[in-house]
Amino acid sequence: MSNCGTRNSIIHGWTSPRLTRSLAGDGSGKACGIFREKSAVIPAFRRSESARAGDLVEAVTYSDDDDDENQGLEFPGGRVTFTPQMKFIAESTDNRVPCYRVLDNNGCPIPGSTFDQVDKETAVKMYRKMVTLQIMDTIFYEAQRQGRLSFYLTSTGEEAINIATAAALTPDDILFTQYREPGILLWRGFTLEEFANQCFGTKDGHGKGRQMPIHYGSKEHNFFTVSSPIATQLPQAAGAAYSLKMANKEACVVAFTGDGGTSEGDFHAGLNFAAVMEAPVMFICRNNGWAISTPISDQFRSDGVVVKGQAYGIRSIRVDGNDTLAVYSAVRAAREMVITEQKPMLVEFLTYRVGHHSTSDDSTKYRSSNEIEQWKTGRSPISRFRKWVERNGWWSDEEETELRKDARKQVLNAIQVADKTEKPSLEDLFTDVYDSPPSNLVEQEKSLRETIKRHHQDFPSDVPI
Amino acid sequence: MLKNLRRAVGAIPFMRNPALASRSYSVSVKQMMVREALNSALDEEMSADPTVFLMGEEVGEYQGAYKAGFTGLGVGAAYYGLKPVIEFMTFNFAMQGVDHIINSAAKTNYMSSGNINVPIVFRGPNGPAAGVGAQHSQCYASWYGAIPGLKVVSPYSSEDARGLLKAAIRDPDPVVFLENELLYGESFPVSKQVLDSDFTIPIGKAKIEKEGNDVSIVSFSRMVGFSLKAAEILAKDGIDAEVINLRSIRPLDRSTVNASVRKTNRLVTVEEGFPQHGVGAEICASVVSDSFGYLDAPVERIAGADVPMPYAANLEIIALPQVDDIVRAAKRACYRSVPLSATR
Repeated sequence: MSNCGTRNSIIHGWTSPRLTRSLAGDGSGKACGIFREKSAVIPAFRRSESARAGDLVEAVTYSDDDDDENQGLEFPGGRVTFTPQMKFIAESTDNRVPCYRVLDNNGCPIPGSTFDQVDKETAVKMYRKMVTLQIMDTIFYEAQRQGRLSFYLTSTGEEAINIATAAALTPDDILFTQYREPGILLWRGFTLEEFANQCFGTKDGHGKGRQMPIHYGSKEHNFFTVSSPIATQLPQAAGAAYSLKMANKEACVVAFTGDGGTSEGDFHAGLNFAAVMEAPVMFICRNNGWAISTPISDQFRSDGVVVKGQAYGIRSIRVDGNDTLAVYSAVRAAREMVITEQKPMLVEFLTYRVGHHSTSDDSTKYRSSNEIEQWKTGRSPISRFRKWVERNGWWSDEEETELRKDARKQVLNAIQVADKTEKPSLEDLFTDVYDSPPSNLVEQEKSLRETIKRHHQDFPSDVPI
Repeated sequence: MLKNLRRAVGAIPFMRNPALASRSYSVSVKQMMVREALNSALDEEMSADPTVFLMGEEVGEYQGAYKAGFTGLGVGAAYYGLKPVIEFMTFNFAMQGVDHIINSAAKTNYMSSGNINVPIVFRGPNGPAAGVGAQHSQCYASWYGAIPGLKVVSPYSSEDARGLLKAAIRDPDPVVFLENELLYGESFPVSKQVLDSDFTIPIGKAKIEKEGNDVSIVSFSRMVGFSLKAAEILAKDGIDAEVINLRSIRPLDRSTVNASVRKTNRLVTVEEGFPQHGVGAEICASVVSDSFGYLDAPVERIAGADVPMPYAANLEIIALPQVDDIVRAAKRACYRSVPLSATR
């Protein structure tokens, strides 16, 4: 096999939290977008010389005590105590892991619940954004049905997860989402125009028309571009968190996945590596019951996703994803732990995917309309939170009507404008493949432009040259 | 077989190459193994830039075999400002993390409209070794070479190894660095210029290892050595071959290859990988498209046999290009009659 051993090389080992805290670094905590400053000093920690082949490593001393050895033994990985009883760990417990909830179905705080108090300004902002997200989803979905968009994917039923999570984080926290989390961008200030421009692939969009709809990305909002392959963002989030850890910032990485994503190999790799590297990343699983047409019963046989945390040595919690206050409090607490303890956390939100998987799906083919309706009207996170906000005297019917009317108008306007906006120009076909354009692409662009000049009438009129 | 190769490589007169002789920087030329060349390049780049770090299977502190995991990890770290050098024990194992290489590393700069660049290097042995069987012997040059957004290089000599690895680490784009296990122990002369810590070789430029007039032999990595040996044998028969070391698979140095063919009018491509859709196929297409009128003979492609690599040593030899195959192909391109069985 490969014998390319390294001598005198400087290799980053995985540090313990103790070491990390003693390092100097740019702790200013100021926002610097997705890219750290290239010139930032990376603390040199644990430079190690790798052992030459054949050198003995420090031997582990084992206890010679006979009595001791009958009680337990230090195997690789730690000491275990012995038992003469042959006992299997049951594949499931009688009681499932309980689910943290603050507000009941009527939006009343459950007596004895612990949660972070939310002030009027934050609560109203959260509610407004949840409604806006819902309206944005409805209208964009319709636009696709009308043929104005090629594709769309809604977050219907998961507005609380989207908005309350975003509210609980800071702008410095870095997002690696799946695709059902645009509410986070909405909270952070991404405008309806920007959403529309990405979906319509216009020249004003950040994406330069490179990606299919809903694959948003924003450097200034610390939101990594949505990537289609499922769960690939999980080990990437761990890697980014590793890099963040070295930067010693008071921020964390947050990575989303659905219930389906937990069946991917990358889920295992991402969580396992994050645990071993003690990377400051919060893994959030939106367990919404369906992975396209695959129900939970076909997805895994464990007690959901929360129990998988312990398998990796990761602290975890199960939360009612349709309870805005529970989501907010849990994310705030988890974030605190991730940052101070510099280790990963796993949060499982139980919720329901009210909409179809995407515009390419008709979920009535594999689930009953009754089930959908029950969750849509009977257990809407928006209605539940609205009741709490209204009960506090912070919201009224008039404001509701006005909000819905305004949001609808703004979304429709954004779509109309984007639909008419110019598409990206020809040069955007060739840029960004590499950092600087290679000679073959330069030649191809030149050749293409010459062809267009000669056969102008054959070239599509809606592509600006 | 290896001993013969070493002897053959040692016999190739590098410094007698007129192109190189004019550039001798010091009287005593140091010999350096490819392994040492790679290690020294890594060491120097890591010392110069603290954001460069290594990760991989059995790298440094005996990390484990978690290729899908650390490939994704490396991509994520590159997204957020570090410069990872990800090592695969062989590129066969990289297949388990290939989604991260292709769908994330290669395409992200484009898909994010230039906001997220991925300055990552994926390196490791590529192609056959010796007696490691089908799942450890595939050459991935043509697979990765097809992907826009990736740069793909494959060094031959120690000079190549040092210069290309430094260039790859410094490059803001993702680079796939295809080494060869059997070359690790080969020694090559290196000039003082090559030993300089800022020595880099431009990615996308081929090197003419030996100039000639009668036939162009184009290859990369270990096959460059075989091609040089074949050129020696052909010289005895009065055929003056030009040997080109591609150094880069993507971008492919089409202009050097085409200029050569326009001079010699005959082309032989050599690679260890499978023949269909191989590197030789792309070179052939480029030459036919750009220099058709200059070809005096059909292009000869030498490649590995179209079978999963067998394990038995005798079968392995037959499954891979040998020097004799290159000699025969060159003679065919020169319309010399060639007996079916190999003769020296």
